[in-house]
Formats: sequence, C-alpha cells, structure tokens
Amino acid sequence: MTDAKKDIISRLQKDILLWEGFRPPAAGAAGSVGLGPVEAAFPNGVFPTGAVHEFLTAEPEHRAASGGFIAGLLAPLMQNGGACLWTGVSRTVFPAALRAFGIEPDRIIFIDVQREKDVLWVMEEALKCSGLAAVIAEMRDISFAQSRRLQLAVEQSRVTGFILRKDIRKLSTTACVARWRVTPLPSEPEDGLPGVGFPRWNVELLKVRNGNPGAWKVEWSAGRFMHIPEYTGEMVLEEHSRKAG
Amino acid sequence: MAANLLTRSFPPAGGSTTLSATSRKEGKKKLTLPSFPFTHTSERHLNSSVSFYPLSFGEGWGEANTGTNIKNMLKRFAAIWFRHLTTDWQAIRRPELQNMPFVFAAPDHGRMMITATNSIAETHGVIPGMVAADAKAIIPSLQVIDEQPGRAAKLLKSLGEWCIRYSPIIAVDLPDGLILDVSGCTHLWGGESAYLDEIVKRLKSKGYDTRAAMADTVGTAWAISRYGQLRPVIGPGEQAAALFALPPAALRLEPLIVERLQKLGLKTISSFISMPRSALRRRFGQGLLQRLDYALGNEDEPIQPLVPLEPYMERLPCLEPIVTAAGIEIALQRLLETLCKRLQQEGKGIRTAILKAYRMDGKVEQIGIGTNRPSHHIRHLFNLFELKIATIEPALGIELFTLEAPKVEDISPLQEALWEGKPGLDDQNVAELLDRLAGKLGADTIHRYLPDEHYWPERSVKMAISILEKPTTNWRDDKPRPLMLLPCPEPIEVTAPIPDYPPMLFRYKNKVHQIKKADGPERIEAEWWLNTGEHRDYYYVEDQDGQRYWVFRLGHYSAEERANQWFLHGFFG
Repeated sequence: MTDAKKDIISRLQKDILLWEGFRPPAAGAAGSVGLGPVEAAFPNGVFPTGAVHEFLTAEPEHRAASGGFIAGLLAPLMQNGGACLWTGVSRTVFPAALRAFGIEPDRIIFIDVQREKDVLWVMEEALKCSGLAAVIAEMRDISFAQSRRLQLAVEQSRVTGFILRKDIRKLSTTACVARWRVTPLPSEPEDGLPGVGFPRWNVELLKVRNGNPGAWKVEWSAGRFMHIPEYTGEMVLEEHSRKAG
Repeated sequence: MAANLLTRSFPPAGGSTTLSATSRKEGKKKLTLPSFPFTHTSERHLNSSVSFYPLSFGEGWGEANTGTNIKNMLKRFAAIWFRHLTTDWQAIRRPELQNMPFVFAAPDHGRMMITATNSIAETHGVIPGMVAADAKAIIPSLQVIDEQPGRAAKLLKSLGEWCIRYSPIIAVDLPDGLILDVSGCTHLWGGESAYLDEIVKRLKSKGYDTRAAMADTVGTAWAISRYGQLRPVIGPGEQAAALFALPPAALRLEPLIVERLQKLGLKTISSFISMPRSALRRRFGQGLLQRLDYALGNEDEPIQPLVPLEPYMERLPCLEPIVTAAGIEIALQRLLETLCKRLQQEGKGIRTAILKAYRMDGKVEQIGIGTNRPSHHIRHLFNLFELKIATIEPALGIELFTLEAPKVEDISPLQEALWEGKPGLDDQNVAELLDRLAGKLGADTIHRYLPDEHYWPERSVKMAISILEKPTTNWRDDKPRPLMLLPCPEPIEVTAPIPDYPPMLFRYKNKVHQIKKADGPERIEAEWWLNTGEHRDYYYVEDQDGQRYWVFRLGHYSAEERANQWFLHGFFG
C-alpha cells in the first residue's frame, strides 16, 4: 500500500517537473555541463538548460567570478558552433579572456545599451530567438513579473538565460530556476609552487526550484570544472607541515 | 542578278506585294527632312531633292501587313549615329567650348593621338587619328583635352536608356551609335519619318549632332545613317537598292577588307554585290558575306538590348485617408507582399528599406529600416517596421504610401535545414534578432570582437565589421587575462618592494588588499608605431580573500616620486 502511494507520488512529481520545464536526463552526455556534484542538487540531477538562472553579484570581484563560472558553463552549451549574446549597460567583459574558459569569444555578440530598461527588452527578445545557445544579461534589479516574462520566453525557445544582478539589498522572489552566488576563493597552486593557481570559487546555490540548495568549492582547471572536496585529510596535513616549517 | 537578290531579300510573304502597291498609291506625299543633314565629308554630296524617292510608309504598310502571318512580320530598325559624341558632351558641359575648335587626345606610342574632334575642328581638316601636334600646326587655337577611356560607352548607355521612351529594345552600338528595334513603335509618333525627326530634333535640342536612319535590317539602317545621301527611311525590302550606291565601308567591314576592295576598284557595293558568293568568300573571307547578309536581311542579326534597372519601389494610393496605426500596418503589409514577391523572384533581399507616407497636408513622413543580411522575409521586415510605425504622424490622413528599397543585395539561397535548429551566427533567426535590436537601439550597440595581433590589452581585440567576419588569427590563451577589464585603468596606492617585486598591499576604493600570491611581471610595451607612452609591468595578484586582480606599474621607477604609477586594470574570474 505504501509502496503504491510512493510510486504514485514519485510519478506525479516527475510529471510536475516535466510541466515545469525540467527534462529527464537525456540519453548520452549531452545534458551534462560538467559540474559534477553540483548538478545533483537539481531535480533529476540535471543542470536545467532552457531556463533562467540568476547570480548575485554585488562586488566587481563577484561579478568577475560569476562571469568565469558562467563562461565555464557556456562551453558545453556552445559546443556545436552555437552563438550567445551578452548584454549590459556598462559592460566590462574582456573578450580575449573568455578563451581560457574554452569558448570562442568571436561567437559572442555584445549588446551595449544605454538605459537599464533596454537590458530587459534585449534579454527578452534574445531569449525568444531559438538560434542562440545562451543569453547573459548584467542588470541592476529584476522584479517577479519581469522574470516571469523571461521564463515564459525560454519555455518556448529552450535558450538558457543568465542574469547578473548587481543590486542585492532588496531581494525579491523571482521566477528564475536557481539563484546562485559565486565568490572567489584563494587558489591552491600545485605542489606549493609560487604564484597564483587555477581560479577557484565558492559556488552557493541559494535557491533552486524543486532541488536542494548547497555550497561547493569548484576550481576551473585544464578546461573543466573540478569539485574540491571540503576538509580532506591532505589539506589538514599540509596545514600542519606548513606550521612545522 | 540584282533582281534575284531582291527577291531573295524579301520575305516570301504575300504581304510584301500588296505592300508595294499600297505604298505606291500614297507616293504623292513629299518628304521634307530638315533634321537630316548630309554634310559630313566631301565624298558624300548633299542631295537636297529628298522628294526623289517620295515614299512614305507611315501607315500604309502596317495596314497591308495586318492580314499576314505574325511570324513573318517585318522588323524595323533605326540606327542613330552620334557624329561628335564625346565632343558634343564636352560642349554641353562647358558651353565656352561651343564656338572654338577642340579635340580629345590620348597618348599613343609617346605621341598624343586625336581620338575625337568637334565639328569646327573637323571643318579645318582635323580628323581622328592625327597627331595632336600636327593638328595644332593647322589650327593654333586648338584645345586638346585628355581622353577618358570608356566614356563613350558610358554616354551611349545613358543615352540608350533615355531613348527607351521611343522603343523598348535599344542596343548600344559602339563606338558612336545606338540601334533601336522600332517594330510597331513608329505609328505613335505619326509615321516613320516623323519618328526619326522627333528623335533627331530632341537630341539636337540637347546638344547632340546626330543622323538617324531606318530600315528592315540593322546593317542597312547603320549604313544609311553613316553614308546615306538620299533619304533616311528605307522601305521594307528595299535594302539592296538603297545599298547599291554606298561605299563598301557602309557594310561595317574590317579596315583591311575595305582597303583591299578599294585597291581592286570596287568602290561601291553595287560593284561586287552581284559577284558569285564563292568568289567573294575566297577573296575577302566569310566576314564580308555575313555583313552583306545582315544588311540585306538574309540572316538575322542579333542585338544586345539594354536592360534598364527598375527601381525597387511599390506604391499604394489610398481611397480614403489613413489615420490609424492599424491602417498603416495593412498598407505596409500589402506593399511588403508585392515588393518581396518581386525580390524573391529575382533572388534578392532588402538591406535597407524606406516607407514614405504622403499626408493630405503635403508633408511626407518616413521611416527606414536596415538589415544585417539581405532578406525578403515579409514577416521579419514587417516586424522591423512595426517598431517604428508609432513615429508616423498621420495628422489629417495619409493618402499615398510608397515603399522603396534603395539597397538590395543578392541573397544566397537558403540550404534546406538538414540539422533543424542548428544554432550559430549564420542562423537566420540570429540575423533577424540583430535586425530587431539594431532597429530599436541603433546598430552601434551591437559589438562583436575578433582577435588582433597586439599585446597591448586594449588593442588585442578589434571590432568585427560584420556578423559573419571570421577571425584572421587565433585567440591567445597563453597569458593570463582578466575576465573583467576596466575601460580605463584606475590609480591605486601600492606598497611594493623595488625594483620589480609584486606589491605587498594595495589600496583601492579605500579598501586595503593584502597580497598573498602573485605572478609576473609581464612587461607590455606601448607600440611606438601606434602611440607613444611608457611600458606597463603587469602583475596577476591574489589578495587575502582570494580575489584576483590585474595591476600594473607604468614605466620605470624614477628618482622623483610620481603619485600615479600603479594602476588596477581588471578583475580575474
């Protein structure tokens, strides 16, 4: 009896997920964006493409970290010659740096608008265009109604949207599928070599629809995401040896 | 033999016999042709008694022909000869030259050779082919103007386009003539001679000295216009008779053959027209026979008609004045449908289009769109216009809409989508999206970057000109570059050990950043051939919170302390 109920409930949950736009894991590795354990936080264990993600970026350092994280996500999205669009009012992205994250910067179209409200219009128009792989918008704030419009647009076109929100003082609810915060972490050069190591971030999933929020340490090295397990014995050992030294 | 040839040159239609009967009947009309001057060279005497062949075929032969087979309908051609094409044109542009001798000359083997003369110079005996210095000896006041190659062809083309009012089929006849296929056109001007009159008169009023002639064949019309002495209109089937008295050069022969004919004493066409064809072919080649056949009408001569460029424009007059946006939309939709249908047939697409709305009060409102790639997609173009319809002020109402496409390009036929929905920059949807964005925000908001071979960060990327421009070099990723680059470096306060160690700490926006790890320096020189300035020593640094920055020191340390020597230039991801 309980088994039958569980079965019904899980089937209903799956149906609801489908109606909400989540796809069951596709055959093959096409669905994966290489985030490893972070992806497990999402329903069905699949990073939702064809949805809008928001990132909280109050500081320019956080914006750079979020930009790097998104660039890493773009690489699998744009792998078949796809194009993406990046819009904002005072955009500072340096195209030449995106190559380090495995994407061709010449396949990104930048739209530099004058007014804040044009960003939303550009993003909505772009999300309706099924020829794009992803749309990234830097904006100050977004209301629930505005995010709902974007969500409706992507449900038709299956384009992935990323919003970088600058103003985080009054955080309203949005229709975005996930709310992220990516902050930089001190890098660990290999084998104690001098200099700066690979970019490392603290990736927090603050809100996720039908999923489990969490925080992970992620490093971008050798062209892919590396999950850094927390408090490994090795790190502790290293700390001790350093103290001894 | 001559009679033989004549019958051969006639089309074997029943109409031709009736025709000559009719024409003889109304042969009492006298022809006066004031605009047909025959004063070219000394060998062509002006025969003022034009009434010698008092024949007019204005209406007569057309009537007689109505009963005959359409296939055998007679063709009529007119040839116009511009006697001083380029010099007339020059005189129109510079009226002060009208009453003085001048010539065009082009360098040839180190001499200035005359290529064209005006009528005043010609009366003094200056002819094309003379050396300019010799001509100057004859007329000391002679003006010599440099010839521009290709001008005659250009002039003839535009004159030919002007002549389309007289006949739909016009061919350029280089170097100095036009050929008009006037079959069925002349009655609109009241007969053939009136028709020629009109053309010559109109060209004369514009300043061109011309001679025109009409005949059944291009060859005869050409010959009569250049060498004819009696009358300009040669009746149907009378080519042979008209050609008899003309010199061989009237057949458009090569100079070598003309010279050979002259040497043999064959000074008129009649002197060799009755010779056996095989003998003529053996002596003078197939060319002579072909020209003869062309002139007599035994063989059809192909002509290359000018194709005038029709402007891409559609009009839509309204029965009642339009005042609503919905009305404008309907008008726009109609105009786009007709224009795009035509563009689609011609394999072209719109790059720019302008919609003009003519208001009742005489003002004209207009909106324009541009596309990134040629398009004849009605829906897309409509959407582009739709964004701007609100800016049209109908006021009392709009009575006429016009849609024109000033810039039209060939469209590459879309390949059937083998992989449906393949994303990319060459995707049609992306191009249409960019058109929409450019339409609302302006084309200068859209940027795309390509790598450029410079180390200086601001110059290492360049703006792409078009959406499909491919990078010429590879993107470099061997040196660290910040994900966010400040548009202009911001000064920071730094504590750094000299000479070239990375800073220990820096203060940016009143916040102190302790530097824990650093890479560098990477020295980047200002490219002196582009601009002067000091080099930058870049450091990739990480502070106590793991935030990564790109800072640089400008130039060398110097004895006097300079305040703004360190700058923050970017944030790493």
